[in-house]
Amino acid sequence: MVAQNIAFGIVAAIMVWGALRVVTVNNVVHAALWLVLVLAGAAAQYVILAAEFVAITQVLVYIGAVMVLFLFGTMLTRARIGAEQELNNKSWWLGVPSAGLLLGVITLALVSGFGDEELPKDAAVVSTQEISDQIFGPYLLPFWALSFVLLVAVIGAIVLARKD
Amino acid sequence: MLVNQFLILAAVLFCIGVYGVIARRNAVMVLMSIELILNSVNLNLIAFALRNGSVDGHIFALYIIAVAAAEVGVGLALVLLVYRNRKSIGLEELSEMKG
Repeated sequence: MVAQNIAFGIVAAIMVWGALRVVTVNNVVHAALWLVLVLAGAAAQYVILAAEFVAITQVLVYIGAVMVLFLFGTMLTRARIGAEQELNNKSWWLGVPSAGLLLGVITLALVSGFGDEELPKDAAVVSTQEISDQIFGPYLLPFWALSFVLLVAVIGAIVLARKD
Repeated sequence: MLVNQFLILAAVLFCIGVYGVIARRNAVMVLMSIELILNSVNLNLIAFALRNGSVDGHIFALYIIAVAAAEVGVGLALVLLVYRNRKSIGLEELSEMKG
């Protein structure tokens, strides 16, 4: 348990630092690379939480596919590769009190709601078989709906991005 | 491990993402902040799946990952279209629908 807590602390610190860099850095490509760090940290947290399959999917889909999309998007919109001064709004400072207030409220609710409730110890790793039994059993209808969402997204992206 | 340490980490990431959505004017950066928000929600779902000893949270997390991938695909196609028409992806220039 101690080892898990130490791993959690290190990964959490890296994730928060990376996320802060994503929203503050003045370079689109650097922000994308910091985002990779946060997503990899999330995958590590999933492993700590005994969710192997979700961790692997996270690495495949996010770090593999979504980041390539972001880098292509940056390249095709010809954002300058170097630093840019105008990445922030004129009224960017409004985000600080908004996010701070939201964080305060959520933290208060979580602390009063869960206190120091412990996660179950020595929980077994959730196997891929259990997940597939659920997806192709009770959750089959949402799975179909999701296939349509992906199909519509593919068609929509092609229709939007093609040159007439 | 406490439940709250994961939930509060997710809350911190969520709020950083909200700040990014408010503060950034580049559309690609706003999409990245939205990814941060979706990831924090996933972390919550996985933590609750372990707490309740059920697989449902994992399924929801997987569905969110798929929807997020579709969202980024369509979102970047939209950004590309806006860039092609205006040679800029600044969000404050898209103000024609303002009443």
